[in-house]
Amino acid sequence: MSQSKLDFLERSKEFWNPGKTQAWQDMGVDLVIDRREGYHLYDMDGQRLIDVHLNGGTYNLGHRNPELIEVLKAGMDRFDMGNHHFPALARTALAEALAACAPASDMKYTAYASGGGEAIDIALKTARHASQKKKIVSIAKAYHGHTGLALKAGDDRFSKLFLSEDTSDEFIQIPFNDLNAMEDALRRRDVAAVIMETIPATYGFPMPEEGYLPGVKKLCERYDAFYIADEVQTGLMRCGEMWACEKYGVEPDIMVTGKGISGGMYPIACVLISEKCGGWLKQDGFAHMSTMGGAELGCLVAMKTLEIVQRPEVRSMVNFISDYLRAGLDKIMAAYADFFIGIRQHGVVMGLVFNHEEGAKPVMRHLYKNGVWAIFSTLDPRVLQFKPGLLLSQEDAEEILRRLEIAVGLAREEIMGNRRRSF
Amino acid sequence: MEPQVRNLVDISTSPAALRSCADLVLGRAQWATQVFQRYDRSATMAIVDAVAQAIHDNAQKYADWAVEETGFGVPADKKLKNELSAFPLVDYYRDEDFINPQIDIGRKIVKIPRPAGVIVALTPATNPISTINYKIIMALMTRNAIVISPHPAARACCVDAAEMLARAAVSAGAPDGIIQIIEQPNIPLIEEFMKSPKTSLILATGGDAMVRAAYSSSNPAMGVGPGNAPVFVDSSADISKAAERIVDSKSFDNSVLCTNESVLVTLTQIDKQLRRALEGYGAYICSDEETEVLRRFLFHAKGFNVEAVGRDAVWIAQECGIRVPVKTRILVTPITQIGVEERLSKEKLCPVLAYHVVPNRTQAIAQARAILRLTGAGHSAAIHATDERVIMEYASTVEVYRVIVNAPSSQGSAGFQTNLAPAFTIGTGFFGRSSIGENIGPQHLVHWTRIAYNKDPSETFGHFENLGPEFAGPLPQAPADGVPGSSSPKTIVPPNSSSEFTGLKSSGPKSSGPKPYREEFSREELRKLIAEELRAALKR
Repeated sequence: MSQSKLDFLERSKEFWNPGKTQAWQDMGVDLVIDRREGYHLYDMDGQRLIDVHLNGGTYNLGHRNPELIEVLKAGMDRFDMGNHHFPALARTALAEALAACAPASDMKYTAYASGGGEAIDIALKTARHASQKKKIVSIAKAYHGHTGLALKAGDDRFSKLFLSEDTSDEFIQIPFNDLNAMEDALRRRDVAAVIMETIPATYGFPMPEEGYLPGVKKLCERYDAFYIADEVQTGLMRCGEMWACEKYGVEPDIMVTGKGISGGMYPIACVLISEKCGGWLKQDGFAHMSTMGGAELGCLVAMKTLEIVQRPEVRSMVNFISDYLRAGLDKIMAAYADFFIGIRQHGVVMGLVFNHEEGAKPVMRHLYKNGVWAIFSTLDPRVLQFKPGLLLSQEDAEEILRRLEIAVGLAREEIMGNRRRSF
Repeated sequence: MEPQVRNLVDISTSPAALRSCADLVLGRAQWATQVFQRYDRSATMAIVDAVAQAIHDNAQKYADWAVEETGFGVPADKKLKNELSAFPLVDYYRDEDFINPQIDIGRKIVKIPRPAGVIVALTPATNPISTINYKIIMALMTRNAIVISPHPAARACCVDAAEMLARAAVSAGAPDGIIQIIEQPNIPLIEEFMKSPKTSLILATGGDAMVRAAYSSSNPAMGVGPGNAPVFVDSSADISKAAERIVDSKSFDNSVLCTNESVLVTLTQIDKQLRRALEGYGAYICSDEETEVLRRFLFHAKGFNVEAVGRDAVWIAQECGIRVPVKTRILVTPITQIGVEERLSKEKLCPVLAYHVVPNRTQAIAQARAILRLTGAGHSAAIHATDERVIMEYASTVEVYRVIVNAPSSQGSAGFQTNLAPAFTIGTGFFGRSSIGENIGPQHLVHWTRIAYNKDPSETFGHFENLGPEFAGPLPQAPADGVPGSSSPKTIVPPNSSSEFTGLKSSGPKSSGPKPYREEFSREELRKLIAEELRAALKR
């Protein structure tokens, strides 16, 4: 490590976040991202990394996508964040663009936030208003963000420390893929909404079993609860369709999109609200406010992001990337079958499962040393989040597989030693 | 109220947007060719044959459409050209193997074919569909991906045809995206395609400006120059047959093939006889006054009159106020000079044939060289003769790479009435500032990796029969866990219908909003573009 990087890390500990800065050093990942372009990151010491973390799809279209840079630059000649009290050209234009590609035909309105957590809060408030009920059902180990209501809907890993967990039994958490538990939670008809990550990301992408999500939606209808789809990590073509819930045949009442919609360029998150849930927007349109939410520059970037991901070439690319990587991953899995034990996949949303309770961490570290950046799942560190971009080139895909095979071998050796392979 | 998708900030003409658009199409093509290279010969040829069938079945439709859209040429002739670019083209190369390794035991060498990858193909307005067909067939035979850049004047028919062929290819099992077309071509966008590092090869057929741009792109390119074919009718020729073939060729598709005869050179001793024979086959010999009217009509101060391209002889005569029989097939304009001072000795993409008489063979050959010095170097020439010595002298002296003997040049140089390779892209070689002097064929779209052994006899050559490479075929479709029926890996079975491709299209964006990165070409720009191209081709 260069002296300048050492010095920088000291300053990072001093002024930014000592715990986080140190934790990465302890995990053997001394990354300080400097330049970035496409799916490549460059550490301040010059090491190149292919990014398959993408911050949950934030960089779906690559880092500093040239068209997004262009639209943001051109937009600044006319717009700024805008005045959130007034009807605004860019906010309405983005709302229309979202309505045109929404997963349900009655999804009409869009409310804006500056990030995913805030958007989840808006979604939950909207459901509470529309149902005039308070309870929210979510999945154990779910992750929906760090703001007030979103924090309570998620795993207490992030709320307890701040003494901010739910204490009034308004937030119920039940196991994933368990329709009986869902029915038990909804049966009393006192639930405002079920909030579901279509594929729970931070929990390592456990995949919904066949029929599970449509089953949840049916139960919601039966027991008068709204279905909120958290499509922050799964939307925007990552599963081969605009929204993953469409693939599972679910029409949500409310949907949240974040991360990727910003193009990684200007913070924005959106809540799509169906006509039947949007009552508060008519009753008291000033009831929720956000100075930065739906900043008009962000809207311009989001519109361009939507336009790009809907190009027919992108759909084709996503299919090639997911098929090609899967074929390669299957081969690596066969070669290290006692360690690399599973692949969870839907499109370019992938979780690689390792046979050790923290198995994804050494894989992450060896990948890092070998020029690929992928992150373990915080709430299930057996699983490596493997999230390639929508526009990944064949060349980069091949590079990722080549480097992954090396990293998996090294991680296996580190964890299992020279134990004979059982195959 | 229905939601509208609209643009508040339009960046569609910015270099960033153009580059990204090209990058996306080419990135998809790279994926497609990489997957295609897993296919074996029979899977590849099944796709080629399915596409050839689609070309054949739609030959009439696109012939009519091309003539209607561009105003160039004759539907019946275009139909024939479209048909020729299907099975006759495929059959010409059917026995050649561009997919399996070839073993040369004597030389202790094994050759492994390696496709170029992504081909960007520029196609002209004059032969729009046949050129697209031809380039697509060649690309598929060699497992390359192809991106067509159609001439803006023939955009609509080209886009429709290429998409139809893409569906046919995918239906027969080809990777999605193996055939793509730039839907709204414009010069800055095409330049981005040509200079992209993702482009492996540019196949440029069209105006000189575009061909030069292809060569300047920094990518490998095969481009061809304009034609201006001299045809020499020697005293040893069968004059009647020569006349018939020349009229057939010159009237074929109204002379839009760049291989058409431009200037006829003949000898004083057979002049009268040849004129009579030409008239007998439907040529109208113009008087000096009529020739002057035609000269002014065809050549404006700035170059060739675009209006006349691909028009029939009667239409041109009427425009010039020349009274001709209704069955007139070509107009013949006698000229007394060859060179910069005689505009009619330049290329004319219409059924007007300049006619020049010389006293002897030596002068005839000198005049033929002079014609090609004006324009058309490296392209085509024709001769009608039975004396091999004249043929040899002519062919070894004129600066072209194909000399057609006793056949119509339009069809002969393009390989349809000779045994030359059938082609709509005619290599003009070093004479014509091109990298290739042959008729372009699939063999030009692959390079070969050579395994070369030590030639010392003590080192024995290996046994490479049936050793691969492994042809794994299409990629298995990755699972979409939890989606009914798609949770376990399975191999794609080529669908019987074109639903896969059309499904892809129809399930695209629900909005019918603007596609800001694809700009419409205005009529005005279009006219300018064509005029510039022709000017560049004709002014030399």
